[in-house]
Amino acid sequence: MTNPTLAAGAVERHLRARRDTGRGLLMPYVTGGITPGWTDYLRAFAAAGADAIEVGLPFSDPTLDGVTIQQASETALARGASTRRILADLSGMPDLGVPLVASTYYNLVLHDGPEAFCAALRRAGVGGLIVPDLPVHEADELTDVAAAAGIELVLLATPATPQPRLAEISCRSRGFVYAVSLMGTTGERAALAASAAELTERIRRVTDRPVLLGFGISTPDQAREARRHADGVVVGAAVMRRVLDGAGPDELRAFLATLRQALDQECDRPR
Amino acid sequence: MREMLPWREPVPLDGTMGEPRARGRFGEYGGRYAPESLVEACREVDEAFREAWADPGFRGALARLLAVHAGRPTPLTPARRLSEALGVQLYLKREDLTHTGSHKINNVLGQALLATRMGRRRLIAETGAGQHGVATATAAALLGLEATVFMGERDIERQALNVFRMRMLGAEVVPVTTGSRTLKDATSEAMRHWVGASGDSHYCIGSVVGPDPYPWMVREFQRIIGDEARGQCAAELRTGVPDYVVACVGGGSNAAGTFAGFADTPARLVGVEAEGGAGAARGRLGVLHGCRSLFLQDGDGQITQAHSIAAGLDYPGVGPEHAHLRDLGRARYVTVTDDEAVGAAVRLARTEGIVPALESAHALAWVIRAAGGGDLSAGSTVLMTLSGRGDKDVSTLKELL
Repeated sequence: MTNPTLAAGAVERHLRARRDTGRGLLMPYVTGGITPGWTDYLRAFAAAGADAIEVGLPFSDPTLDGVTIQQASETALARGASTRRILADLSGMPDLGVPLVASTYYNLVLHDGPEAFCAALRRAGVGGLIVPDLPVHEADELTDVAAAAGIELVLLATPATPQPRLAEISCRSRGFVYAVSLMGTTGERAALAASAAELTERIRRVTDRPVLLGFGISTPDQAREARRHADGVVVGAAVMRRVLDGAGPDELRAFLATLRQALDQECDRPR
Repeated sequence: MREMLPWREPVPLDGTMGEPRARGRFGEYGGRYAPESLVEACREVDEAFREAWADPGFRGALARLLAVHAGRPTPLTPARRLSEALGVQLYLKREDLTHTGSHKINNVLGQALLATRMGRRRLIAETGAGQHGVATATAAALLGLEATVFMGERDIERQALNVFRMRMLGAEVVPVTTGSRTLKDATSEAMRHWVGASGDSHYCIGSVVGPDPYPWMVREFQRIIGDEARGQCAAELRTGVPDYVVACVGGGSNAAGTFAGFADTPARLVGVEAEGGAGAARGRLGVLHGCRSLFLQDGDGQITQAHSIAAGLDYPGVGPEHAHLRDLGRARYVTVTDDEAVGAAVRLARTEGIVPALESAHALAWVIRAAGGGDLSAGSTVLMTLSGRGDKDVSTLKELL
């Protein structure tokens, strides 16, 4: 049998290696182009102990995003952000030692064509890609092209996904499996959804790939609780609300450090 | 006409508007590009629709609702004075005479009946001009369902009468304040809401757009326009089938329903878009709101805002089947301006005593232009779907005239 670590791409190898040390994984999100010096946020995220960083390529019609990410996308686009400019900004950065995962809607992938789009990501040093409106049954057009370009295409699983389909998603996902904690859009919530535990448990039954839980995880307590079920968390709206309110890289670094600490505490305890 | 692709004759096999191919495809368009959270909900709608559409009991119940509540069949009206002036024989399929005043009721009664069959207690809808919202509120009241309608803030301002009608019918109208605050944004918001409500709510999409099975299902519920018109033309017209079949296109539901009745005939199909919302005529391949089709977008791949005096045509894309019919050359898609549409509305009012919706006036504007410019040869027979009545546009027209 193939060693899964050897077969995996760079993002997945990185996440597996971190997970194997017992560490809870943290992937903060930033909307590309949100401020003139937006790449400073990436440095702050890395310094705060991020294990991967998700960079949103803003789209005019973000149908799976709640108000915060919608507002961030609108703000970035109004500033003139585009896939091309965001990737150019990333190309100019030194290696952070943390994998970058782009996320965007499928229209932007199709606009350039999957091949050119993936090649551009690769040139900018991006290793993974999340496309929330490209479900597994429509993904054929992108999966092989992405793999050939060295881009790990991350698939999403949700509480409504039936078990056989969940197995297919977990098998075809690269990098990690993105577990959507609840039936809703992105955005902060008062508590971690009850559906999160059952979903991650169902994914674990079919794969040993890293599982990151996202949607509605905004506080250290929620991160700690999420860590009990999943290998780590994705934090988007809680970051972007602070950015939209004017918080700079240092403030975000302090916020993420509280999440980092919560995840580290949880991993000290027996699981 | 210069702006049109050449006619493809005879009728191409893949252009007869049957069931879509595997995975909801019309040629390369269509599909189910829904977030994973909605894929299971789409599958349930697909399964329920297939069962219902094959069930004579469902068909019978829908036919009865369409007859006793919506007032079908609608007449075919010869536009005598206008025909004489234009030198063609123009017939109007009168969807404006349905209950609620537009063709939208055909689709909504179908989906509302399907929703009750699926055990859903609430309908979610998006609306532009408000006609689909009013139809949804009406069907919900009729069948004892709740209704939540998403509507762009800008459309709420220009269609105040329909907002009042929806509320009077017991529906909740939710203003959408993002983006261009029109139909595109209302559709995005309705989809977001559905993600969290798919357990007890049915998303009643108002046009032939959205993830599979919606483009096909909505066209089948609108097919009654074309099927009735086909029979009426056979009885009225010496030739049996009109030379041209014309309808306005926003997302394209009245056009799809009309074309479906004539796709297997030699009739030439013409879809008329608003100059500022011409997804079929000027869109580019993309994915939005769950389907792969043609959308207006900028050089970076961002969807651009549509602009039309007719709120129902203010959508930057077109249904996937229209994109396919365009590629096949089976249908042609042309555009008219706001001014041409307003001129056509006035002309119909004064020659035939009918005030059309500004959406429908677009279709007529093309007929007038094409008859005058020689693109419609003298004596041609033209069937045009008059998709809705103009009451909702009176305040818009009042400012212009």
